[in-house]
Amino acid sequence: MGSLVKQRVLRTVILLILGVYFILPLIAMAEFSTRGKNNTRSLESWTAIVDDDGLMEALTNSLLLSVTSAVLMLVLLVPTMAWIRLRLPQLQRLVEFLCLLPLAIPAIVLVVGMAPLYAWVNYFLGDSPLTLTFAYTILVLPFAYRAVDAGLAAIDLKTLAEAARSLGASWFTVLWKVVVPNIRVALIGASLLSVALVLGEFTIASLLNFDTLQVQVNLLGKRNAGVSIAVSLLSLLFAFVLLFALSYVGQRRRQTVAEEEIPLGSN
Amino acid sequence: MTSVAPVAAAPGGSTSKDSIPKGGAAGRPSVAAWLVAVPFLAFVGTFLVYPTVLVLLGAFQDSNGAFTLDNLTTLFKGVYFDSFVRSIELSALTALIGAIFGALLTWAISVGNPDGMLRRVVVAGSGVLAQFGGVPLAFAFLATVGFEGLVTKFLRDNVGIDLFAGSAWLFELPGLTLVYTFFQIPLMVIVFLPALDGLRPQWREANASLGGTSWTYWRHVGGPILTPPFLGALLLLFANAFSAYATAAALVSQGSPIVPLQIRGFLTGEVVLGQENLGKALGLGMVIVVSIAMGVNVLLQRRVAKWVR
Repeated sequence: MGSLVKQRVLRTVILLILGVYFILPLIAMAEFSTRGKNNTRSLESWTAIVDDDGLMEALTNSLLLSVTSAVLMLVLLVPTMAWIRLRLPQLQRLVEFLCLLPLAIPAIVLVVGMAPLYAWVNYFLGDSPLTLTFAYTILVLPFAYRAVDAGLAAIDLKTLAEAARSLGASWFTVLWKVVVPNIRVALIGASLLSVALVLGEFTIASLLNFDTLQVQVNLLGKRNAGVSIAVSLLSLLFAFVLLFALSYVGQRRRQTVAEEEIPLGSN
Repeated sequence: MTSVAPVAAAPGGSTSKDSIPKGGAAGRPSVAAWLVAVPFLAFVGTFLVYPTVLVLLGAFQDSNGAFTLDNLTTLFKGVYFDSFVRSIELSALTALIGAIFGALLTWAISVGNPDGMLRRVVVAGSGVLAQFGGVPLAFAFLATVGFEGLVTKFLRDNVGIDLFAGSAWLFELPGLTLVYTFFQIPLMVIVFLPALDGLRPQWREANASLGGTSWTYWRHVGGPILTPPFLGALLLLFANAFSAYATAAALVSQGSPIVPLQIRGFLTGEVVLGQENLGKALGLGMVIVVSIAMGVNVLLQRRVAKWVR
């Protein structure tokens, strides 16, 4: 089987070359962030992460935002999408269009239109970084929509809802006790994706002058590259752990995960 | 923005449209039924549609709000036109590099064990770099080939090559091209994997039993089937690079070689009087370019969906 051997060799060569290409920067980050004075090794940059108040505050902001955005996304999307499947199929196309629209509008363009809007938001709600929740919920819509849509398509929503209704359940009970438990895998997937996206977001936060993790990392890099590189490595690894965990969530949907995750992230 | 790879049928085969009842069963929705959709529509209307409309309309207004085409004609002049050309060049080049190497990497993991560790790691890692790279990617790059980066130092101390002998290329277009491949190749993996998974082993066996070689398989079976998803992925990669901002912003702090950085200039206050809405015109230009790439992609996939079934 000459062609099988050839295939194996070619495969190994590709994996080796691209493997080195992608792992080298990670090694370089680990090396750079552990440099001490006079060619020694030191963990100064890593301990500095915890000591830097600005950084910790920004990290707290980002973590809070990742929770509030995921929650707002679920609260807005799940009842609406379930309701549309049950009672309002007329709205299906419009909602799909709106949810996927952020893919056609780069974040850098969206922020141009959001700047005047946020002047109002900050006037009414104060200038807490948590107001970014609104912008981030928009950013995660396409990813969340795909995940929730796949989850709802996989269950017989109509029958389940009718069964529950005929037993006297209110619409809220149907949503909370029937729909949500049945699509929890999709909801976890959507939430993990939005957490990862929010933790990595830079464009909107930096241009609306909010202090989030990536904004602080970028700022810090100007005076202390070591710390920024350490935090960058950490956040890449953290996102990796999230997505790696996602590959085990709902094994049977593995093939569709790639589809849901599709494109245009926070680069 | 439907799936780039319609050849890979979703398990269970149910797409969103089949399972939605066509009106009838529930009867005409009452007014109360419509109310449920209000919070969602109000939110998206305020935070997505309104800002978008603001940009698109603003592109046609002068600083007093009167209609004008001056902003748009300015796009075709001088630095603004140049930045569009450079952005398109950068996006096209990195899309091509990303598509080719990404396709090779996808092939390498698709022939392995579908539940194997290698595949999981590559797919999860690709997801991270493709979507959440942003600022960390810029720092990864600085740690590797920056002035004091690992590779830079190694080459300077041990091989005698100075990476920066020519210029500060790292912070200009060649540097951006290099760093963009770090999210373009992974994005290709994510987008192209379902297409490669859709190739059935039976086709390869049929080809072999009829006396075909590897070459005839790829020339007459695999190639033609994968061409549309490949082209679709290429367009998606182009749109992705064209929209990208964070990595470039973290890397390039002076000058604005590409459109997203030009827009940054308008948002951070370097605005010339009378040109307040030029940033919006740049935004409109970006939306048009991205929409064309996405639109062609959708048409392409629609054609494919017709004859794949």
